[in-house]
Amino acid sequence: MTEPESQFESVDAMPPPPRRDEGRLAVAWRELKKAPFSAKIGLIIIVTYIFVALFAPVIAPYGESEIIGPQFELAEKAPPFGTDHLGRDMFTRLIYGARNTVGIALVTTVFAFMLGGTLGILAATLGGWMDQLVSRTVDVLMAIPALIFAMLLLTIFGTSVVNLIIIIGVLDSTRVFRIARAVSLNVVVMDFIESARLRGEGLGWITLREILPNIMPPLVAEFGLRFCFVFLTISALSFLGLGIQPPTADWGSMVRDTSTLITYGELVPLLPAAAIAILTIGVNFVVDWFLHKTSGLKDEH
Amino acid sequence: MLIQRLSLGLLTLFVVSVIIFLAVSMLPGDAAQAMLGQAATEETVEALRKRMGLDQPPYIRYFTWLGGILQGDFGTSIANGREISELLGGRFVNTIHLAVFAAVISVPLALILGLLAALYRNSIYDRSVNVVTLSSISTPEFFVAYILILLVSVKLGWFPSLANVSPDTPFAERLYKTFLPAMTLTLVVVAHMMRMTRAAIINLLASPYIEMAALKGINRRRIITHHALPNAWAPIVNVIVLNLAYLIVGVVVVEVVFVYPGLGQLLVDSVQRRDLPVVQACCLIFAATYVLLNLIADILSILTNPRLLHPK
Repeated sequence: MTEPESQFESVDAMPPPPRRDEGRLAVAWRELKKAPFSAKIGLIIIVTYIFVALFAPVIAPYGESEIIGPQFELAEKAPPFGTDHLGRDMFTRLIYGARNTVGIALVTTVFAFMLGGTLGILAATLGGWMDQLVSRTVDVLMAIPALIFAMLLLTIFGTSVVNLIIIIGVLDSTRVFRIARAVSLNVVVMDFIESARLRGEGLGWITLREILPNIMPPLVAEFGLRFCFVFLTISALSFLGLGIQPPTADWGSMVRDTSTLITYGELVPLLPAAAIAILTIGVNFVVDWFLHKTSGLKDEH
Repeated sequence: MLIQRLSLGLLTLFVVSVIIFLAVSMLPGDAAQAMLGQAATEETVEALRKRMGLDQPPYIRYFTWLGGILQGDFGTSIANGREISELLGGRFVNTIHLAVFAAVISVPLALILGLLAALYRNSIYDRSVNVVTLSSISTPEFFVAYILILLVSVKLGWFPSLANVSPDTPFAERLYKTFLPAMTLTLVVVAHMMRMTRAAIINLLASPYIEMAALKGINRRRIITHHALPNAWAPIVNVIVLNLAYLIVGVVVVEVVFVYPGLGQLLVDSVQRRDLPVVQACCLIFAATYVLLNLIADILSILTNPRLLHPK
């Protein structure tokens, strides 16, 4: 008669089960409140950028490529940041940059993940010739450094936004493929995959129900990091004059256009560069928090 | 396993050269047209095409091109008619110099920082290093470069903002002039390498056999050096070599910012001038370096991992 008692005790000692009416949003909100300071900053940054990108025409005092005064006007005469090399308002261009640069980078990353993630998991699961074929193709694509290959391809196909998205997306999907394949390979050799195979589960079940949940944390984290990478690549290309083309407001080309001012000790060229940096830092903070949360469960000791 | 990987590496090099060759020959218009401009008559363009061998089928041009390169002959530049090998020589040395300079600083730094962060996980040190590296990983090279120029060069005047070296610049002066570009590359690369090192080790420390070792009562240092590190080498070596490859490429932006006469700047200039032979040569050199480094990464991880050395 001791056993029921001890069971009763253990139930009593457990925390009360979550209330039924508590939805996913509430859980997310509770997690958010427990998030470290850096992650909160990161989230605030991301939300701010999204807001600015969505409401750019409302916030910006002038039009995207409107010329408002002489070139390189000082900040005092054209507050808050002065004008660029063509006399366009820096502040306005910075705001529109959020829409253009971030939007293009995001679309590119999503494209890269759909392509690379799918192929990576499939290659790890199927193995054999399919793995060989995709892996070797990826090897060849990755053998040419992304930035240089992108420069080459952009000169060939022309520097339109669609070309930029496709080229960077395909080139970056190779990195996603490698990571997805590598983490899947670690999972594929596990016993539970073996037993799922012996149970007779199909490819869809094994990839989606057995492998995907186990590689999700690194993949989600990777998404944040890849976004940053794509974002930086596009900015670098624009900085070199091969990315997003004028008159579209874009942070990379803005740095290039105003870079001569740096030798006079002016801060203006650093503003668009800082806009790029702050967003990537914000994303990284959130990714880091996520990584910490997902790995924290595994290694409490 | 090793021989297989080596031959695959050679094959990759071959395929890459084909891709680069084909990609460049897909450029709109051709070199002869580009050189003579729109005003040239059809006959003169045709004559130049013949003289440059552009009228031959692609596969013949490919093997002529490859054969020349294997003998150290990259052809001549369209823009100024100079031998490309002459253009490349000094610049390649400059780029390698910059990459090695950055690597010598960044690799040991990253390994030590990463190992410490993994060992003293969640300590104040770990958290602050984390925030700092996250921030520097997130910044574009040109941002880091311009901040360094503004602070160290314009405000303090310690180092020059232009890295204008020539072949007969003495080594010490060369180091002095390339200090800022090398620092820029270091700051960008260290963070990434360090975080990957930390992640690799933490990942290992979470595995059951480490727990087993801890439960046996083995002290922490021995667990790290004898149990965790042997298995961590493969990912760490991979990270290092990939970052070295990144250094070779990352130099493009940095070279442009600091007007450093390296391969990257030559590439950017040549792409803008549509100087096809030079673009081909630069891409091939970058790609070949990258292939070789990747090959080394794979070979090292095979050698350091018994499970890969003796596959089932």
